[in-house]
Amino acid sequence: MIHLDMGKYAVFVWPVYAISAAVLTWMVADSLARARRWRREVERLSRGKPAP
Amino acid sequence: MIAALANPQRFLAVSRWAAPLLGAVAAVLLAAGLWRAFAVPPDYQQGETVRILFVHVPSAELSLFVYVCLAGASFFGVIFRHALADAAARAAAPLGAGFTALALITGSFWGKPMWGAWWVWDPRLTSELILLLFYLGYLALQAAIEDEAKADRACGILALVGSINVPIVYYSVDWWNSLHQGESIFTKNGPLVAGVYLWPWGLMTFGYIFLFGSLWLVRTRAEIWRRRARALALRAAG
Repeated sequence: MIHLDMGKYAVFVWPVYAISAAVLTWMVADSLARARRWRREVERLSRGKPAP
Repeated sequence: MIAALANPQRFLAVSRWAAPLLGAVAAVLLAAGLWRAFAVPPDYQQGETVRILFVHVPSAELSLFVYVCLAGASFFGVIFRHALADAAARAAAPLGAGFTALALITGSFWGKPMWGAWWVWDPRLTSELILLLFYLGYLALQAAIEDEAKADRACGILALVGSINVPIVYYSVDWWNSLHQGESIFTKNGPLVAGVYLWPWGLMTFGYIFLFGSLWLVRTRAEIWRRRARALALRAAG
């Protein structure tokens, strides 16, 4: 059974999960965006040759 | 194995499949951990706030684990001047800063209902804050020095100096009178935590470790490409 009723502690529990999800999502998105950006830059500078 | 992976070309080939694999394992572990985190009963003393610990403790553990990785990579970068080690150190720092900030914020949300305060100048909290300042100092120093070789060296030395703080954070609850609870999992007599809470803690901790492993590889790949793009741009300009 899943407990979703946090009672009087809801104002402490839910923000913690929301902030954690936001920070972890930023970590994933920023890492992937950086990798894509610099791989494309290498490909562009080496005249379309795919980066390793 | 480390020597083999120290070749950037080989690292790129291995990390190409290792990063998504680690990421997939992390997703499964985090999904299972979240399910267990909301399936366990509330603690008899902490009530529902015990669920905060399933994200707070892994964040705090990763804040130290990532710093050890950062200091290890910095050691190889400073001593052997290996470009891949410097790239790995640069890649780890923002992730470590993120986990440390999460540990402090989530701990604060647990502290308010349990201790009655968002923040206390407790040895564990204060040393964890100093850890965040080392991460932020590393990132600021990196951004401030234009010459990349000099920046890598300066940041590497800063990271190695900051590693003194790692055992201080870990043992602060033993060395000083602390409001923060002591070690409750890896004790001589086994875990002091009820078994039902060990599953969500373990799943989330390993989920965070695998997530960090995956993102560290992705960011190190990005850093290798960034350096390659810079070298290509300089060659084209010269």
